Amino acid sequence: MRVSRRATLSLRTVAIGYLVVLLLVPLGLVFYRTFEHGFGYAWSWMTTPAAISALWLTLVIAAIAVPLNTIFGIICSYVLVRGRVRGRAILDSLIDLPFVVSPVIVGLALILVYGEGGWFGNWFISHGIPIIYAPAGMVIATVFVSLPFVVREVAPVLRAAGEEQEEAAATLGASSWQTFRRVTLPSIRWGVAYGVVLTSARALGEIGAVLVVSSNVAGSTLSLPLLVYQRDSQIGPAASSGAYAAAMELIVISLLVLVGMMLLGKRREEVR
Amino acid sequence: MRIDVLDVGKRFGEFVALDDVSLEVAEGSLTALLGPSGSGKSTLLRIIAGLEAPDSGEIQLDGADVTPARPQDRGIGFVFQHYAPFNHMSVRENVAFGLRIRKRPKAEVKAKVDELLALVGLTAWSGQRPAQLSGGQRQRMALARALAVDPRVLLLDEPFGALDANVRAELRLWLRRLHDEQHVTTVLVTHDQEEAMEVSDTIAVMHEGNIEQVGSPQQVYDHPVNDFVMGFLGPAVRMEGELVRPHDLRLSLEPENGATEAVVTRVVHLGFEVRVEVELPDKTQARAQMTRAQARELELGPGDTVYVQAPHKEREKVKV
Repeated sequence: MRVSRRATLSLRTVAIGYLVVLLLVPLGLVFYRTFEHGFGYAWSWMTTPAAISALWLTLVIAAIAVPLNTIFGIICSYVLVRGRVRGRAILDSLIDLPFVVSPVIVGLALILVYGEGGWFGNWFISHGIPIIYAPAGMVIATVFVSLPFVVREVAPVLRAAGEEQEEAAATLGASSWQTFRRVTLPSIRWGVAYGVVLTSARALGEIGAVLVVSSNVAGSTLSLPLLVYQRDSQIGPAASSGAYAAAMELIVISLLVLVGMMLLGKRREEVR
Repeated sequence: MRIDVLDVGKRFGEFVALDDVSLEVAEGSLTALLGPSGSGKSTLLRIIAGLEAPDSGEIQLDGADVTPARPQDRGIGFVFQHYAPFNHMSVRENVAFGLRIRKRPKAEVKAKVDELLALVGLTAWSGQRPAQLSGGQRQRMALARALAVDPRVLLLDEPFGALDANVRAELRLWLRRLHDEQHVTTVLVTHDQEEAMEVSDTIAVMHEGNIEQVGSPQQVYDHPVNDFVMGFLGPAVRMEGELVRPHDLRLSLEPENGATEAVVTRVVHLGFEVRVEVELPDKTQARAQMTRAQARELELGPGDTVYVQAPHKEREKVKV
């Protein structure tokens, strides 16, 4: 289809305008408000004990949730694409559950299971392992909401790669594990990498599910997004400055994740 | 290495892919499994390789039952129709894969891979990725990769199916020469009867999950056991209810004893051969094939009346 020059131009204007209004302007304003009283002022908000603890907690949650969901995601894709077991269709739709269920409901569901009086809750509480209103619950909530990304990125790549290379490796004497490590994994690595980026972004930014299972105590169970939320709900210009500073931290981490993955991808490309 | 297929059956749901098939592949032979798509030839090859498990029956290599053995334990080399190259590895790494898995010493791997790359003419391409090779080169790489582990049996699944006609002809010749030098027992799956006749020393003709006939190319061509084998191995026309080869029909201008009167509808000159299409009294079409010299003698044109003589030789029944 040939599109006239005018149509191309107006389509382009709409696309760029959409991005500017919804993405660049708000992010730019956060940037502006963070540093409007100078870098030192923003830095002091970023280095309060509460902020450092929140940053640390956020990184720990992501460091647990991302590897877990990466390993689970790869195994799950394998079962979905290569498996010949019954119930694959059910598994397939179950994986999308975290996408369709509101994160708040995820949090509430976790309270029902692990909270006081919950199915497993009493066992954990009596053994001195608090889950709800503790970092452990926040990790579980994050794992839950960021679960589908790796599966949804890896499964189509695995399907497209086909089974022939794996069969060829088997006829050449490779064991299942050797085939997976030397043939399957390299052919799906881009899907895995992209899935990890999306999982990380979600794990770092999750607030809904985490809010419900956190006790929201600064210094112990506040992650960075929760800190932004809490500071922002307080009244006064100082609180807002704190919120912007914490938000800026979150943005920087997210960008670092993105840049890190790009560099990693580039280096891998060169090694090829 | 001799291969024995004993009463192997395989179903995919309701579809019977193999209907209790038995076959003996002689040591050092090059056997073609020839048949149309859906005849079960690829399934049989994959079962011999261990990539597919039979529902019933047994696969023996040199008399030993290998039916439960995994593909990696069978000592086979397998070449796939679409080559199945490891795209993230160089040509050299592809060929070296089986040797590295076996943890052979580096020097030995290098020597063996160099030798194989030279054999398949890819020395200059050893550092390239499979994606940078042509189809024919990729297939040669796949062959080198399969040969690297010194397989006792080489299995080829439609190896030249996805290639251009001239590349295909070249690779066929090359494969035949390779086989004559290395004598690895080889089974080749193909739907192309010309390929089977040119390359193999034994042909097993398959149809709807059964092996219809096994024999040398000449045997199955000249003495087909049934109409299917007759029709599948080359052009055939029906004369007096029986299938005959067009080049076995004899045309003459004078009535002869036992000949059928027919009218020429078309004369096609195909280089060294001439095809004469005729209409028989029962309005069916038949075609005869002859040399240019024979055609010149008859000087046939559309509308001419000719007498068609079918060869009335008894078809020998060859035991399947």
